[in-house]
Amino acid sequence: MDFEIYKYSAFKRFLIRVGRFFKGLGTGFVNFFINLGKLFVSLFVKLFAAIKSFGLNFVKGNILTKASYLIMGLSHFFRGQIVRGFIYLILEVGFICYMVFFGGNYLSMFFQNFFGGGNIGRVETSDFWNEELGIYDKLPGDNSFHIILYGILTLFVILFFIMTYFQVTKESYDLEQNTIIGKKPVNFKRDVNNLLDNKFHITLLSVPMIGLFMFTIVPLVTMILIAFTNYDANHEVPQHLFQWVGFDNFIDLFASNSDLGATFWRVLGWTLIWAVLATFTSYFFGMLLALLINKKGIKFKKLYRTMFVATIAVPQFVSLLIMSKMLDTGGGTLGSGGGVITQLIEQLFNYHLKFGLDINTTRICIVLVNMWIGVPYSMLMCSGILMNIPEDLYESARIDGASGVRRFFKITLPYMLFVTGPYLITQFIGNINNFNVIFLLSGGGPGDPLKYTDGAKGTDLLITWLYKLSLGTDRNYKLASVIGILVFVISAVFSLIVYNKSSAVKGEENFQ
Amino acid sequence: MMKKEKKIKVKSYVSTSPDAQRWAEIDKLEQSLNKKKKKPRSMKFWRIFGNTTGQIVLSILAIIWIIPLIYLFVQSFRKEPGAWSPTFFPQTWTLDNYKRLFTETKFLRWYGNTLLIAIISCAITAIFVLAVAYAFSRIRFKARKPMMNIMLILGMFPGFMSMSAVYFLLKILLPNNYQSLLSLIIVYSAGAALSYYIAKGFFDTVPKSLDEAARIDGASRFRTFFKIILPLSKSIIIYTILISFISPWCDYIFVSFIMSGVPDTGMYTVSLGMYKWLEREQIQQYFTTFCAAAVIVATPITALFMWLQKYYVEGVTGGAVKG
Repeated sequence: MDFEIYKYSAFKRFLIRVGRFFKGLGTGFVNFFINLGKLFVSLFVKLFAAIKSFGLNFVKGNILTKASYLIMGLSHFFRGQIVRGFIYLILEVGFICYMVFFGGNYLSMFFQNFFGGGNIGRVETSDFWNEELGIYDKLPGDNSFHIILYGILTLFVILFFIMTYFQVTKESYDLEQNTIIGKKPVNFKRDVNNLLDNKFHITLLSVPMIGLFMFTIVPLVTMILIAFTNYDANHEVPQHLFQWVGFDNFIDLFASNSDLGATFWRVLGWTLIWAVLATFTSYFFGMLLALLINKKGIKFKKLYRTMFVATIAVPQFVSLLIMSKMLDTGGGTLGSGGGVITQLIEQLFNYHLKFGLDINTTRICIVLVNMWIGVPYSMLMCSGILMNIPEDLYESARIDGASGVRRFFKITLPYMLFVTGPYLITQFIGNINNFNVIFLLSGGGPGDPLKYTDGAKGTDLLITWLYKLSLGTDRNYKLASVIGILVFVISAVFSLIVYNKSSAVKGEENFQ
Repeated sequence: MMKKEKKIKVKSYVSTSPDAQRWAEIDKLEQSLNKKKKKPRSMKFWRIFGNTTGQIVLSILAIIWIIPLIYLFVQSFRKEPGAWSPTFFPQTWTLDNYKRLFTETKFLRWYGNTLLIAIISCAITAIFVLAVAYAFSRIRFKARKPMMNIMLILGMFPGFMSMSAVYFLLKILLPNNYQSLLSLIIVYSAGAALSYYIAKGFFDTVPKSLDEAARIDGASRFRTFFKIILPLSKSIIIYTILISFISPWCDYIFVSFIMSGVPDTGMYTVSLGMYKWLEREQIQQYFTTFCAAAVIVATPITALFMWLQKYYVEGVTGGAVKG
């Protein structure tokens, strides 16, 4: 901490702090890219070293080692590691079969028009006259989506195979050396035992990683590639083929003069405003609530806490749906009934709440309802941390005559912001992706055809728009994946801030 | 603190020693000091005033917070049909909604589906998360850092983005029943490894010397994990299980995607089926039934959450909050 800053006025201090924040952000980004560069360099160095030893081993090895460059596992088979050699052989045969009968074809179709654009796949589904049945029948053609999916899968399979191949050749050479020295090879039983001991991480990680690979990585990469195609309702598979289009989708979305572009900027704007509002209202009021509940002399603490926590314990689709029905407008005009809250407001203030009819009213309601869910959550979070604030800080402040408000702004708030900074940004990212609150409360509505196109509505976030684009009537997969990529970019930028600020990442080894 | 000060009794010294005068002076000083501290009477007033206001504010807030839930509860006993009632409390009370729920709708089936999915996927998730977290926390291997970085990046993509491709993948892998409970279990648990971070944070705080001692005594990594680390990690195990058990009950987005266009409503989970009841065409008929179903779904989940709240807070604060 430096105290230099306190010789300036409050406003100047604030400016300096903001400046420092952005400076820190800047250096953070620079560091990130430097690290990325270093990573790539070290990757290439390692790759080069692997290729070098690959070649050298081939030159230095004897005939058996050389042969196992062609037939994997040969060296293992004749040098005492029979099971291992057999497994490698099966792997090689399997890989060749996969490529010949399946992967190769898809890979060639995948890359056929990859550069320059054009159809993904060769044969389009066509109608033909089926004489036996006397009707028009479909002659199935290629499925562009499957081509991308299998293409990605094949690329990964090739990558894994090359890695195994390098590993095997290295092992072959090492085995040869060991035989010359007279060292006994590790038998299969020891190998298996090792999997529970020194190589336990392989046992632990293999199954989760296969799951992750199959159902997260492959689909994700596929969807990222969809952003560079024109896959939408007009190019539905398997009836039609779709095409590679390069960066056209991104250009369309960012163009501010088109309807789509204008819609996108509106939705993005509301997403960010929403994330800021939702995060800070919940956090701030949650902290106040925690302070109030933990105040000395307040009775029934446990009861209050339970009552507040009840709202987050109830599944969100129940609590939010019931809320949305309580706010419902009924017919839309004064006196048309509707949910209890609408009716209550009507009776008390003679005002008809236009939830789901007027964009701004709906937005305000959503932020308020989100507080209903979010405040208890922050309260739970903050309670524990508030207890940890050293009591003597308050003691000395009290002796110096600081009032309660002052103590809050000078001790509690800075301390909390310092400790929960990462949590706050995680919450912020969580709110950018807060599907439930928006979708279950308003369904994204109300719409405004003059301002929003492509299925987006007034309270839609990027994530709910993404949902509508990949499911409902406005199916547009290419746009959905472009939006997904943009959500990733936004989350990544904010995560980087956490990453750079958090000491937990830097000092990983320190506190074990 | 105030009470203590008040208790200081001013002793009276009846001695005639030369010091007596000085003692008296000290007494006077002390008395005057105590007098100054007597000002607390107004402070006491403010204290009581503050506490009462706090109490009142808290009660009002707590009531506001709980009202929607009470509304849900009482509406489940409403006899009058229709979506809207003019009064907060029903005019006639009945148990028909519950009866109807179990006899006329497929609710019981949905409940069973969700329970099955929740149990299986929470078992798988817990195993995956604990395994990955332990491996990353304790074992140093070459691919560790790159893997952690890749998983960090994967976690930043919206989880829903890849759903279209997962849907196609399931269609390829399970051509006959890709819109089934099995698909949902896969969707909920296959990517579980990504949420290893909180558990890893916990394992990082367990002293490494424990592992080392066990290893010196000749225990394998496998044994160390099961006999030493896991028994110490009760709270994080409960947290992991709790989160993954609750998520299928609360999830709408994934189940609605996987089950889109399924005519047989018997395959639904509670959230999807109940959501359908509130659609424009059905709400007049099913609103009170929805409330009854919501009570039955929410009660065990809420109870579970309340019971394990401590572990939940520990998990969240332990993982997310590290200055």
